[in-house]
Amino acid sequence: MELTILFAPLVGAILCGFGWRVFGETAAMCIATGLLFLSALLSWVVFLSFDGTTETIQILRWIESGSLSTDWAIRLDRLTAIMLIVITTVSSLVHLYSFGYMDHDPQWKGGESYKPRFFAYLSFFTFAMLMLVTSNNLVQMFFGWEGVGVASYLLIGFYYRKPSANAAAIKAFVVNRVGDFGFSLGIFALFMLTDSIRFDDIFAAAPGLADTQLSFLWGEWNAANLIAILLFIGAMGKSAQLLLHTWLPDAMEGPTPVSALIHAATMVTAGVFLICRMSPIMEFAPEATMFITFIGATTAFFAATVGLVQTDIKRVIAYSTCSQLGYMFVAAGVGMYSAAMFHLLTHAFFKAMLFLGAGSVIHAMHHEQDMTNYGGLRKKIPYTFAAMMIGTLAITGVGIPLTHIGFAGFLSKDAIIESAYGAGSMYGFWMLVIAAAFTSFYSWRLIFLTFYGEARGDKHTHDHAHESPMVMLIPLGVLSLGAIFAGMVWYNSFFGHADQVGKFYGIPVAEAAADGAAHVEGAADSHGEAAATEEHATAEGGHGAAGEHHLAFAGKPGEGALYMGPDNHVLEDAHASPVWVKVSPFIAMLGGFLMALWFYIWNPTLPARLAENQRPLYLFLKNKWYFDELYDVVFVRPTKWIGRQLWKKGDGDVIDGTLNGVALGIVPFLTRLAGRAQSGYIFTYAFAMVIGIAVLITWMTLGGAN
Amino acid sequence: MSADLTLILPEIVLAVFAMLGLLGAVYTGKDALAPALVWATSALLVLVALWVGLAAPETHTGFGGMFIDDGFSRFAKVTLLLSAAAVLAMSEGYMSARGLLRFEYPILITLAVVGMMVMVSAGDLMSLYMGLELQSLALYVVASLRRDSIKSTEAGLKYFVLGALSSGLLLYGASLIYGYAGTTLFSGIIQTAQTGDVSLGMLFGLIFVISGLAFKVSAVPFHMWTPDVYEGAPTPITAFFATAPKVAAMGLFARVMHDAFGNAVGDWQQVVALISLLSMFLGAIAAIGQTNIKRLMAYSSIAHMGYALMGLASGTVFGVQAMLVYLAIYVTMNVGTFAFILMMERDGQPVVDVASLNMYSKREPGKALAMLVLLFSLAGVPPMLGFFGKLYVLRAAYEGGLAWLAIAGVVASVIGAFYYLRIVFYMYFGDENAEGLDGGKSPVLWGFLMASAVVMVLGIINMFGVEGAAAAAAASLVN
Repeated sequence: MELTILFAPLVGAILCGFGWRVFGETAAMCIATGLLFLSALLSWVVFLSFDGTTETIQILRWIESGSLSTDWAIRLDRLTAIMLIVITTVSSLVHLYSFGYMDHDPQWKGGESYKPRFFAYLSFFTFAMLMLVTSNNLVQMFFGWEGVGVASYLLIGFYYRKPSANAAAIKAFVVNRVGDFGFSLGIFALFMLTDSIRFDDIFAAAPGLADTQLSFLWGEWNAANLIAILLFIGAMGKSAQLLLHTWLPDAMEGPTPVSALIHAATMVTAGVFLICRMSPIMEFAPEATMFITFIGATTAFFAATVGLVQTDIKRVIAYSTCSQLGYMFVAAGVGMYSAAMFHLLTHAFFKAMLFLGAGSVIHAMHHEQDMTNYGGLRKKIPYTFAAMMIGTLAITGVGIPLTHIGFAGFLSKDAIIESAYGAGSMYGFWMLVIAAAFTSFYSWRLIFLTFYGEARGDKHTHDHAHESPMVMLIPLGVLSLGAIFAGMVWYNSFFGHADQVGKFYGIPVAEAAADGAAHVEGAADSHGEAAATEEHATAEGGHGAAGEHHLAFAGKPGEGALYMGPDNHVLEDAHASPVWVKVSPFIAMLGGFLMALWFYIWNPTLPARLAENQRPLYLFLKNKWYFDELYDVVFVRPTKWIGRQLWKKGDGDVIDGTLNGVALGIVPFLTRLAGRAQSGYIFTYAFAMVIGIAVLITWMTLGGAN
Repeated sequence: MSADLTLILPEIVLAVFAMLGLLGAVYTGKDALAPALVWATSALLVLVALWVGLAAPETHTGFGGMFIDDGFSRFAKVTLLLSAAAVLAMSEGYMSARGLLRFEYPILITLAVVGMMVMVSAGDLMSLYMGLELQSLALYVVASLRRDSIKSTEAGLKYFVLGALSSGLLLYGASLIYGYAGTTLFSGIIQTAQTGDVSLGMLFGLIFVISGLAFKVSAVPFHMWTPDVYEGAPTPITAFFATAPKVAAMGLFARVMHDAFGNAVGDWQQVVALISLLSMFLGAIAAIGQTNIKRLMAYSSIAHMGYALMGLASGTVFGVQAMLVYLAIYVTMNVGTFAFILMMERDGQPVVDVASLNMYSKREPGKALAMLVLLFSLAGVPPMLGFFGKLYVLRAAYEGGLAWLAIAGVVASVIGAFYYLRIVFYMYFGDENAEGLDGGKSPVLWGFLMASAVVMVLGIINMFGVEGAAAAAAASLVN
C-alpha cells in the first residue's frame, strides 16, 4: 500500500509526460489525476489506521560504499503519515483544479500542447515530495529535497516565454542552493560523526553529539548545535525563512495551482518537516533551537509587515505563507514539534484553499492579479467568495476563545503562540502576536479589496467576470472542510494532553502522580530515564493545581516520531499559560480586522493618505525591506562582476588567448622551422646527428653530476 | 652445439628459405615467380610466427650467451613477423600492378626479418651488430628498389649514407663499452655498469650506442632520414619501414638498456626521456606542415616512437610492458593505415596528397569510416585502442617518476591530434569540388583496413590477450 502511494505519482508523471502523444491529452491528464486520487485515498487509509509504531519498509538496497550503507526504504511513522495526507490530498485536488485553471491558458497559442507537461511536472513533484517525507535516511531525503527543487524550478518557469518567469525560476534554484549547501554540510557532519546516514543510527547517537566538539571554519563548535544550525540553513532555504526568503514571492510567476501546491502547502513546509524529523538532534542543541525560534519569529513578523502593502493578490498570499512558516519554526524552535506539525497540517488546507481561491478570482478576472483592479466581486463569483471567506476566517484564527471550537487556524496558531509563551520565549511570543494582528489586517484587506466596494479597473473585464467551472470549485469545497474542521478534529492529538499526543506519535509516556511516586510506562525502562522522570515529576509538583496526573514524554531518541527531552515540558507549560496569553491572539486578530474594516470599508481614502504621510515607511514595506536590492548590491552584482571577469579576462583573454597564441602562433612557427631544417641535403642530416650526439653527451654529463 | 642450432632454428629456416628462393628465381625466368614467392614468404612468416609464439615459455641462451631466446624476444619476434607478413601480403597487388614486383623483394624482406630476429635476441654487442647490419643492408636495397625513379634511388642512398654513419657511431660506442667493460657480453657488461659507478668512458659508449639505436627507431635528432625515405620509397616499402623494423629496433633498444645497463637505469633514463620528448614534439609539430600523406606518416611514426620510448624511459618492468603493448597497437594501426594509403589512387596512379581525400566519405563511406577509426586511434582518442596504448605509456612514465614527461606527452598528443583530425575533416567536411580519388578496389587491402579498424574498436575489451603476453615478456627482460 505504501509503495502504491509512493510510486503512483511517478507512474502518473511518466505516463502523462511521455505517453500523452499515445493516449491523447485528456486521457493522459486523467491518468495522472486518477493515480493521485488513488494515492490520496490510500494515504488517508494509512493515516487513519496507523497505530503510532514506527515501521520500516525496505524497497531496495541503494548504496554500499565503504561504511556508507543504506537502503531505499520508507520510514512510516506519524510524521510521515501526516505529510502523506497533506501532500496527496492537496496534490490530487490541485490536479483536479488544474483541469479548469490551465484550460485555454493565454500564455500559449492555440494548438500548443502544454497541459500534459504541466500535469507530469505536478505528479513528478508529488513523487519527489513523497520521497522526501518517507525517507528513512538523509541521502534519500536529500534526493527528494533536490527532486522537489527541480520540480519547483520547472513549474515556476512553466511559462518559459516570460523572461520574468525564467528569472524567478533561476532565483528560486540559486537561493535554494545556498540552503542546500548548509543541508549537505549537515549531512556530511552527521555521517562523519555517526558513520551512518540512517535516521535510526543518527537518533541513537544524538545524545553523544551533544558532548562532542567539532572544528568547523574558524572554531570549535558543539557538534549537536552545529549540525542543527546547518540543517536549519537547509530548511531556511526550502521554507523561505528570513535571509533566504527572497525567492518565494517571485515564485508566484508560476501558474496559481503550482503556488497552491508547492509554494504554500507542501514543498515550503519541507523545512519544518526536516526540523521535526530531526527533533532528536534539535533537543540536544539548545542554542540552535534558540536561533530557529528567533529566525522564525522574525520571519513571521517581517513577512506580515510586507504583506500589509502588497497589491498583487498572489504576492499577499505568498508573504502570508512566509509568515505562517515562521510560526511553524517558532513552534519547532521552542521544542513543540507537534504544534509545528499541527499548524503545517491546517495551514496546508487553508493556504492551499486561499491560493486556489485566488486562482479562481484570477481566472474570473482574465488573469488580472492586481487587487486595485478588483472590487465588488462577491456577487459575481459567490462560491469563490465563500471559499475565500472560509480561508480568511481560518488563517486569521477565528474561534471562541478559551474553548477548542474554531476554524483550523485558530487552534493551531494559538497552540504555537501559547507554546512560545510557555517556553519562555517572550520575543517569539510578542512577534507572533503582532504578526497575528498584521495577518488579520492583510487577509481582510484582501477580502475587502477584492469582493467589496466599487468595481475598479477595466470595466470590460468586470462585466465578463464569471464563476469558475465545477472542477475548480470542488477542490475549494473539499479544502474548506479541512480549513473548518481540521483544527477541531485533531486538536487533542497534536496539542492535547501528553498521553494523547504521545499515543498519536508513538512516543512512550511516563506517568507521574502528583505525590511524586513515579512509575515508568512503555518502553522507557532504563534507570537513568526513570530517575529523570522522577526528578522531573518532583520539579513539576508545584504545578499540580488542576489535580491532573503529570505526564511527560519519555523514551530514547528515535523512539516514536518525535523526541522530546526529559526537560522539555513546553506542552504542560503552554497549557498552563495565563488567560491573557490565551486570548491575546484573538484580540490581535480582532484589532487587525477592525483596522481593515476602517481602512477599506468605512474610510477607503485613508490608505492612500496614510501612504502619502508615511512615505518612507510605506516604500520600505512596499519594497520588502529592500532585501532584493541589498542582495543585488552585496551578492548578485559582485558575483556577476567576478563571473564577467573570469569569462572575459580569465577564460577569453588568458586561456583562449594562450591556446590561440600557441595554436596559431607558436606551433605553426615551429612547423615552418622544422620544415626548413628538413633541407633534403644529406650533410644537414649528418650534421644534425652529430650535434645530437653532442647534446646528448652534454645532457648526460650534466645530468650525471646531479 | 646442436642445442645452439636448435635455438636459432627459426632464423636458419628463414635464411635457408631466402637462399633457396634466390636460387630458384635465378634459375627460373626472373620475376615470373615473384607473386607466388611473395605469398609463400608471407605464409612462411606467419608459420614461423606461430612456431615462435607457441614455443614453451622458457628462457634459453646459446652461443655462449650471444643469443637469447626469452619471452621478450619471442613477443617481439611474433609482432615483427606478423607485421612483415601483413605488409608483404598487402604489397603484392600494388607492386604487380605497377611493374615493381621483383623477385628480390620478398627475399630481401626475409633476410631483413632474419636480421631483426637476431637483433631482438642479441645477448652480445657482436650479435647485436650482426643482426643490425643484416637488417639494414637489406633495407638499404629495398628502399631503392625502384631503380628508375630518382626519388627512390635518392631515398636509398640517403638511407645508406646516414645508416653507415649511425653504424659507425654505434660501433664506436660498442668499442668504448668493450674497452671499459672488458667484455662484449651483455651479461658481463651489466656487472661492470652499476648505477653511480659507471665510468665516463662507458657512458660515452652508451650514448653512442643509444644514438645508433635511435637512428634505427628514427628518434629525434636522428630522424631526419625518415620523411625523405618514407616519401621516396615505394609505398609498400614505406609500410614495411613503418612497422617491423621499428619493432625490432625498439626491442633491441630495450634489450641493450635492460640487459646490459639494467643496473644503471639512472644514467640512461634521462637520455632516453629527452629523446622521447623531442620525438613526440617534433613528430607532432612537423607533421602539421605536411601535405604528402607518406611524409605525414613518417612524422607520425617519429611521434609514436617517442611514446614507445617513454615507456622504456620509465626504466621499470611496467614500462617495458607498456612499450610492447604500444608497439603492438602501433603496428596494427599502421598496417591498416597503409592499407588505406595503398588504395589511394586516381586513374590507376597512386596519389599521396592529403587534399585528395576531400569528401571521401561521400564516395566510400565504409573505407572512410574505417580510416576515421584508425586516425582517431592514432591520435589517441578514446575509446579506440590507440588511447589505451598512450594511457599505458603515460602511466608507466608517471609511475617511473617521470611525471613531467607524461604531461609533455599529453600536450604533444593534443598538438598531434590536429593533423590526424584534419584528414578526418577533409574526408567528412572537405571541399565538394576538389578532385577526388577513384578505384582502389583491392579486396586484400580492404580486408586489412577493415580488420585493423575493427581491432581498434574491439581490442579495448581485452586487447586480445596482448596485455598479458607483454607483461610476461617484460618480466623476462627486466630482472
